[in-house]
Amino acid sequence: MSGPISPALPARSEGAAGLAPSAGPPRRRRVRWGDRLLFGYTWLVLVWLFAPIAVMIAFGFNDTKSKSNVNWQGFTLKWWGRLGDYPELTNAVVNSITIALLATVITTVLGTLMGIALGRYRFRGQAVTNLVMFAAISSPELVMGASLLSLFVSLGVQTGYVTIMLAHVLFSVSFVAVTVRARVVGLDGSIEEAARDLGASTWITFWRVTFPMILPGVVSGALLAFALSIDDFVITQFTSGATVTFPLWIYGAVRIGVPPQVNILGTLIFAVGVVIAVVNTFTSRRRT
Amino acid sequence: MRRKIAPYLLILPGGLWLVIFLVVPLVFMASVSTQEGDIVNGFVQTFRLANYTDALVEFKTQFLRSVGYGLAGTVLTIALAYPVAYWIAFKAGARKSTYLLLVLLPFFVSFVLRTVSWKFLLADDGILLQPLKGLGLLPADFHVLQTTAAVIGGLAYNYLPFMILPIYVALERVDPRVVEASYDLYASRRDSFTKIVLPLSLPGVFAGVLMTFVPMTSDYVNASILGGPANTMIGNIIQTEYLVNNDYPVGGALSFTLMAAMLIGIFVYAKALGTENVLEAAAR
Repeated sequence: MSGPISPALPARSEGAAGLAPSAGPPRRRRVRWGDRLLFGYTWLVLVWLFAPIAVMIAFGFNDTKSKSNVNWQGFTLKWWGRLGDYPELTNAVVNSITIALLATVITTVLGTLMGIALGRYRFRGQAVTNLVMFAAISSPELVMGASLLSLFVSLGVQTGYVTIMLAHVLFSVSFVAVTVRARVVGLDGSIEEAARDLGASTWITFWRVTFPMILPGVVSGALLAFALSIDDFVITQFTSGATVTFPLWIYGAVRIGVPPQVNILGTLIFAVGVVIAVVNTFTSRRRT
Repeated sequence: MRRKIAPYLLILPGGLWLVIFLVVPLVFMASVSTQEGDIVNGFVQTFRLANYTDALVEFKTQFLRSVGYGLAGTVLTIALAYPVAYWIAFKAGARKSTYLLLVLLPFFVSFVLRTVSWKFLLADDGILLQPLKGLGLLPADFHVLQTTAAVIGGLAYNYLPFMILPIYVALERVDPRVVEASYDLYASRRDSFTKIVLPLSLPGVFAGVLMTFVPMTSDYVNASILGGPANTMIGNIIQTEYLVNNDYPVGGALSFTLMAAMLIGIFVYAKALGTENVLEAAAR
């Protein structure tokens, strides 16, 4: 404990005499080199992060002749006109989107209610609720999927569209609850009191005062739930039965070759996500 | 009175959902894991604990391999994430949120599609290796796919943001005045980093390890898309037992063992790091 401090003491008196001014410039130069190195490293990692994304986008325009779309054979737009060539793929994308929409609606309602309860009240059972929510967020997807399938198999429930949706609500509800709770905790209670003083009922107070104030939290929670659902693979595979979603279709196609249509659909989903993220970043910056 | 029951009414729907689809399934998986039988003749509960020992003996290699890959992937992720998080937190200035967005953007592409894109990129005759082989820079039989490196690289790639974000948050919270104070006391840049910034950012690394190690160890997508038969992880086995062989008892026993191993691991890890933190606090 005292080890690192005591040798520093004589250095201080020495430095005060004449070392301090000369210690300035070399330190500054080293800072610049270190910064450049860090900057380069960061960009290398970013290039690495974007490499497969660039490949995905580019190969949607590849004039490939064979089933395996790995070699560049010239630019073409023809696949955009032939997006619907694989009816099962189209169907899988439709499944992914509708499951994500339905799951998001259910998740947002359930999660918002939980978030309000956790942010507003102190009640017995709160710690257990938090623990279960933590477990839902941190459990390996594999274990959640395997246990859900064990349940469905034991009860003779046919897995498919509905069970996928149930599972998606399960793994995203805690994320929505946590997001909404953060917003509720930051609320100014006196505004609601003022509404009640002015004669608003509990119901009116909630919809006209409380809800608009927590809405940003609800919206980010809903976006997160949608993103989690549309991207999910592991739990979906365990609970899907014969139903196929977009990620499941791609996984199944890997061995036989992934057609350029998948790249285009992936690019479109990516583009929508980017637009939403950018808009969300800017609007939330304006709000704060 | 109304205020008393209000929180319970609000919690009820979501809470029931969590209990029915998270807690109850675990009970069912525990029950399935000690049953005997097959998909055709049905499964009977015989409380056969040997399911566990049998499965462990048979799949010991894949279990150990998964833990090894998880550890290697986590270390690689820290090495990649820490400098980036450091740069964004301290050097990016006004462009902080732009850089954070850049780091997150690739993850708007589906997990499976990202991994498949790596398979394209690294294919033996793909756009990266083909030209290099053509120039004679690489031997003709050089390959990246179906190797351990490909699987660990894929794991690190797919879980990187879960490491960058918590480290960034921890670094962001470091009070610049504390760092300045260390310079005023004639700490070198290295001392200032190792004695001030690094210890203060360790909770972020700790959180990042928790968020990456568990999903990496139980992953099977990277091993199945980027790896070969020699890279089979425990996740692949569980997936096959459940979805291909319909051998739910073996799959259940393996999943339960995996979950227990992860829980114990997290507990020991938290305990060890907690004690270390106390020592650090005393040293400061």
